[in-house]
Amino acid sequence: MSERLNIVDHNQLFRQEKYVRQREGKRAFEAPCSPEEVTSTLEYTKTKEYKDKNFARTAVVVNPAKACQPLGAVMAALGFEKTLPFIHGSQGCTAYFRSHLARHFKEPVPAVSTSMTEDAAVFGGMRNLIDGMENCIALYQPQMIAVCTTCMAEVIGDDLSAFLANARQEGALPEDMPVPFANTPSFSGSHITGYDAMLRSVLETLYNKSGRTPQPGHELKLNVLLGFDGYTGNFAEMRRILGLFGVPYTILGDHSSNFDSGATGEYSYYYGGTPLEDVPKAADAAGTLAIQQHSLRKTLGYMKRTWGQQVSSVSTPLGIHATDRLLEEISRLSGREIPEALKQERARILDAMMDSHAYLHGKRVAMAGDPDMLIGLIGFCLELGMEPVHIVCSNGDRKFEKEAELLLKSSPYGAEATVHCGQDLWHMRSLLFEDPVDLAIGSSHLKFAAKEAKIPLLRVGFPIFDRHHMHRYPIIGYQGALNLLTQFVNTVLDVMEEQAPDHSFDLVR
Amino acid sequence: MSSIVDKGKQIVEEILEVYPKKAKKDRSKHFEIADEELVNCGTCSIKSNMKSRPGVMTARGCAFAGSKGVVWGPIKDMVHISHGPIGCGQYSWGTRRNYANGVLGINNFTAMQITSNFQEKDIVFGGDKKLEVICREIKELFPLVKGISVQSECPVGLIGDDIGAVAKKMTEELGIPVIPVRCEGFRGVSQSLGHHIANDAIHDFLMGRRELKECGPYDVSIIGDYNIGGDAWASRILLEEMGLRVIAQWSGDGTINELGIAHKSKLNLIHCHRSMNYMCSTMEQEYGIPWMEYNFFGPTKTVESLRAIAARFDETIQEKCEQVIARYMPQMEAVIRKYRPRLEGKKVMLLIGGLRARHTIGAYEDLGMEIVATGYEFAHKDDYEKTYPDVKEGTILYDDPTAYELEELAQRLNIDLMGAGVKEKYVYHKMGIPFRQMHSWDYSGPYHGFDGFKIFARDMDMTINSPVWSLLPSRQTVEVSV
Repeated sequence: MSERLNIVDHNQLFRQEKYVRQREGKRAFEAPCSPEEVTSTLEYTKTKEYKDKNFARTAVVVNPAKACQPLGAVMAALGFEKTLPFIHGSQGCTAYFRSHLARHFKEPVPAVSTSMTEDAAVFGGMRNLIDGMENCIALYQPQMIAVCTTCMAEVIGDDLSAFLANARQEGALPEDMPVPFANTPSFSGSHITGYDAMLRSVLETLYNKSGRTPQPGHELKLNVLLGFDGYTGNFAEMRRILGLFGVPYTILGDHSSNFDSGATGEYSYYYGGTPLEDVPKAADAAGTLAIQQHSLRKTLGYMKRTWGQQVSSVSTPLGIHATDRLLEEISRLSGREIPEALKQERARILDAMMDSHAYLHGKRVAMAGDPDMLIGLIGFCLELGMEPVHIVCSNGDRKFEKEAELLLKSSPYGAEATVHCGQDLWHMRSLLFEDPVDLAIGSSHLKFAAKEAKIPLLRVGFPIFDRHHMHRYPIIGYQGALNLLTQFVNTVLDVMEEQAPDHSFDLVR
Repeated sequence: MSSIVDKGKQIVEEILEVYPKKAKKDRSKHFEIADEELVNCGTCSIKSNMKSRPGVMTARGCAFAGSKGVVWGPIKDMVHISHGPIGCGQYSWGTRRNYANGVLGINNFTAMQITSNFQEKDIVFGGDKKLEVICREIKELFPLVKGISVQSECPVGLIGDDIGAVAKKMTEELGIPVIPVRCEGFRGVSQSLGHHIANDAIHDFLMGRRELKECGPYDVSIIGDYNIGGDAWASRILLEEMGLRVIAQWSGDGTINELGIAHKSKLNLIHCHRSMNYMCSTMEQEYGIPWMEYNFFGPTKTVESLRAIAARFDETIQEKCEQVIARYMPQMEAVIRKYRPRLEGKKVMLLIGGLRARHTIGAYEDLGMEIVATGYEFAHKDDYEKTYPDVKEGTILYDDPTAYELEELAQRLNIDLMGAGVKEKYVYHKMGIPFRQMHSWDYSGPYHGFDGFKIFARDMDMTINSPVWSLLPSRQTVEVSV
């Protein structure tokens, strides 16, 4: 390049002397705390006394590891072909869902809002909903519109079912357009329950519309559900595994193409998803396999109850054991043998785990995330001889807690673990200071606590805002285990080398 | 009327064709093609600050986003409670990059999500009792906290909680200001009302409440800079180097004390006019403090602004101002020498929040680039009037454009660069159109001041001239010149 200029950005710029002086000068107007006060308070917040206070709080929530229902509903909607997420409520929420998902996937997120304001708060949002239907159909030509609600619509008690009937009557909504809807107030559940509610509604709506009666087992196909999954790579991996089995399948709620489309020079609002006509047919499948449980409770219940479907749900298949169980379930439901190729793959991944185990064995870890992901992570850590110590699940309930505790009890490496349901990442911070660990595993939100505790963060889960493309690689199955293993062991090696004195800066590992 | 204006009108008409009648009628009022005659008389008939159409993809957010996300959130020594259910606080956590010095969680609370996590029972029985407990717990968990703001989310207003009464009680009990901010997301049509509500709360609870020990003739305040990527620091350095004393920064890297002493300024300097003009006019009315707008994007506008600011003071300042300009100009010339040839004639389209849709025009022009279309998410009439003199004839202005309109325009205008937000960013990547996220500088910055311009120029060059765009086999565009 022509002329070399020394351009420094925020990382370096504000270390320059003029900016250091500026920072000091500004304090004259800040009425700041003294540096001594700050230091002593910081130290105090690392004590047992502070931890007890922190755990005694009953009302305030600080840095929670969960989001709200409609976010999950949007993800579920984007799992279906030409489906437009339509959010009934005030418009800020929709902007937030779109940017939150865009920041994780680095992809566009189409969704519309009814843009309710004060007058709708008083008179209800029916007009907004009807006009909104007309507008979004004209602009975005969806095949299906998936409606969910925000707090506002729920608090004022808008009756979606009646509104949609009126929209059809007025002709704003074509008679044959499927419009599943889910009530998803932010003041109950979390993003995973919102995912569940919308997925269930989509299945039910499309199924009812077809006018069929279920004939479970009529087709030798499997239904596969991945749940609230932030990894598009997991979908590809699941397809690969099923392909090796030679099992015909339908993924119900496949958002991977909508969150991982190519740059072609043209933008389309819709990039795939489960074809709508596949949903009614799914009721005739031989069985249903879900690789999440907590984010699919209502959906699986519906499939069992109404479709008479044989349903099997396993935890997120992270690591060897959980993948074994996944393959056994596929084998059981499809009546096919586990393919030789996968057995060989298992052996290769196992070999890799043996090669790397020495660097991970005995490493104490803290982890936070969604219930299904945590169960998978606990299992994988135990297999590697890593010791889960602090487990924080902001959106976990008693059922999750029991499952996690049972799993931890199954291994001596789980002996020290405690499970904290409904707690947040500020609780985690106290745990990290009171009983330090070597590594943290979780979303980007855990980076603050991990940095203070001076431990590396292994980014696994949702959302990952501050690293690129991790979601494009699978973490499920044997191949996923290898990806996680690679990430884990090399992070540990990086830390080791950072800390190594010159004489231990080894060439060979 | 010139043909270039006609051409623009025709494009807009074509694009709006797809809307249903009612929506089309409404949307057509939100476009205007810059016309020399209109520019000269400063009138602009574009409709703004109106409700968005339901069912379209608007780029807008809500009042909560304006109050907590923009104005209050960056005040670092206070805890800002996202009061209501979990979502709003979670989605606005750390996403605007309001840089602040201090120890996170100890005396700086900016990049934290502190929420009352409303559950169903709080909706049924009300959240006021819980709010009291929350305030007490905050004081206990964060002993150095200097104040608390309560940023209400939709349900709080709908169920009729009296957060004002709780705040009053807690202010007395805890001995720190607890400030209710009724910024529920359903209020108003965009973030803009949230800014106003936030400002009203600053006025009612903090403005004029603190003393500045020694006042000086050169005391000024920076109003409406949120220190994104360190913008306010890169601005402040120039003001200080020219001999002014910045006594308050509202609100990026700001403190509760700075909010309380700003009324002692001799002059208020406002950058984001949209979000904080109310404060300047209020301080003018109540304390007689004059105020002026400035623009620190790009050397031309920065120099212009520095001189205009200096002109409000004596010769000492004016002399120092010239020295500052003289010191930085060779650096600016080097930047332009390097980047202008690489960017000359490139066509830019912008959609940004409050001020940047016009403020950055000069910076692009310093690099030889041309703005072919620009507009705002949540502007008011005055923003468009201020934009007019800065655009060339034929430039398309739009208000609260939908995603669809922008995508169509971008292709028809065959632009070389789009500047908008994260919701838009990846759409343009699919289309193979270079894009910069201009709300938080695409995680770069600062962009303000002379130091910021260097980064701005570098970023625009790396975006437009990246070889990745040329890897697309065919870029599907329709060549239309405006």
